[in-house]
Amino acid sequence: MRHGREKMKKIQLPSSEEVIRDLRVGDEVGISGVMITARDAAHKYMTEQDALEVREIIKNGMIYHCGPIVARDGDQWRFVAAGPTTSKREEPYEAGIIERYGVRAIIGKGGMGEKTLEACGKHGAVYLHAIGGLAVILAKSVRRVVDVHKLEEFGVPEAMWVIEVENFPAVVTMDSHGKSLHAEILDKSSRRLAELSASM
Amino acid sequence: MDEKLNQRFLELVRLAACELAPDVEHALAAARDAEEGRARSTLDWMLKNAAEGGHNSLPICQDTGTLIFYVDHSPDILTAEIERAACEAVAEATRRSYLRPNAVDPISGKNSGDNIGRGSPYFHFNQTVGHEQLRVRLMLKGGGSENCGIQYSLPDGSLHAGRDLQGVKRCILDSAFRAQGFGCAPGTLGVGVGGDRGSSYIESKEQLFRSQGEPNPDKELDALERELTEKINSLGIGPMGFGGKTTVLGVKIGLRHRLPACYFVTISYMCWAYRRRSMTIKGDEVVYA
Repeated sequence: MRHGREKMKKIQLPSSEEVIRDLRVGDEVGISGVMITARDAAHKYMTEQDALEVREIIKNGMIYHCGPIVARDGDQWRFVAAGPTTSKREEPYEAGIIERYGVRAIIGKGGMGEKTLEACGKHGAVYLHAIGGLAVILAKSVRRVVDVHKLEEFGVPEAMWVIEVENFPAVVTMDSHGKSLHAEILDKSSRRLAELSASM
Repeated sequence: MDEKLNQRFLELVRLAACELAPDVEHALAAARDAEEGRARSTLDWMLKNAAEGGHNSLPICQDTGTLIFYVDHSPDILTAEIERAACEAVAEATRRSYLRPNAVDPISGKNSGDNIGRGSPYFHFNQTVGHEQLRVRLMLKGGGSENCGIQYSLPDGSLHAGRDLQGVKRCILDSAFRAQGFGCAPGTLGVGVGGDRGSSYIESKEQLFRSQGEPNPDKELDALERELTEKINSLGIGPMGFGGKTTVLGVKIGLRHRLPACYFVTISYMCWAYRRRSMTIKGDEVVYA
């Protein structure tokens, strides 16, 4: 990430299957365009109902697992702190949402499971990892809060915020070719743990 | 104590949320210098983010977590007065966006909007001697890392962990392995050994008030902390679980006498955005650290 803005791949939203299929685990991306935030309550909602208010935005678009701190300046909302939240809580929902809404990328932290990886391969999507706790820097890449849905019902962290980002930094850790950095690290660390255990 | 106390608490909350503890910043910088590639750049981003938060009074992580107050106070200061001042400051800090509204009713799902709720914030009071003296330590414990906490009951057959030091080690290694990058590595493990289920968790949290460089006063535990830190870092999980040499910054272990029938090993995981600050008041003087 640090070495080389030049090798960072720029992605403009809405994206396309072709652009997303071209991404590989390890690629660094800078995303620009309009996306939504969604976490637990929103995923349940998008699964159980037809979320018409966000359908157009996430088709060929992205979902960011994030529960931000948002400030109100007059009649405008402003993102103050907005790092990613743990993605694996959405594992039961995500594959279905990718398929149903035509989502091209999930942004979050910690990676996701096999069902999501499979959906990425089948429908042409990727998982993008943002750095956890990078709240100030990521909030700065949010140029504008376009809209918000379910604010009353879900509360600030859980609402679906429609945001316009510019050069939002993330790394591909699960691609549409069946590769997952998280599975690799899990496997590697599991073998090391067995070694340590055996020598104790 | 008067109205000033609210302002002092507000400053403590702002400091805790927006300025990474200096010992943690040092440890992260040292880790960055020892890493390369993605692990290095990830730690570099973290340090940059912490600096930006500090300069602009912005919360370094949007999950400002559970507010845990540990209060040592002289007998002339009323705990009710401290709680009132702290709660008012917390509500104001939420209005000012130093804190995210983080108190959710488990049944209705309703967010209280100001971080005040049943058992929120969390207070622990300890009465000391003296006059007009107060020390408040505040920790902000994020939810992602909190979900990585775990309690083992020994013996644990699946881990081949018996009721001995080796069993304790196996539990701690297993907890770090399970956490992978989910707790926002590099983390710090607070460990409680012994106690009952509740006090073991409390011990694990209290260990997290220790500073990074501070050795364990117990020589044997100190050696254990070093050994486990090294072993965990050999797992190769690395910053955010991207791979690397820095999976934890440290392990902090405390003991409590246990019941003959029980042997708990309890781990609390603190993320890299390790937010804890203190304020000491003597009469009219206030010092933040």
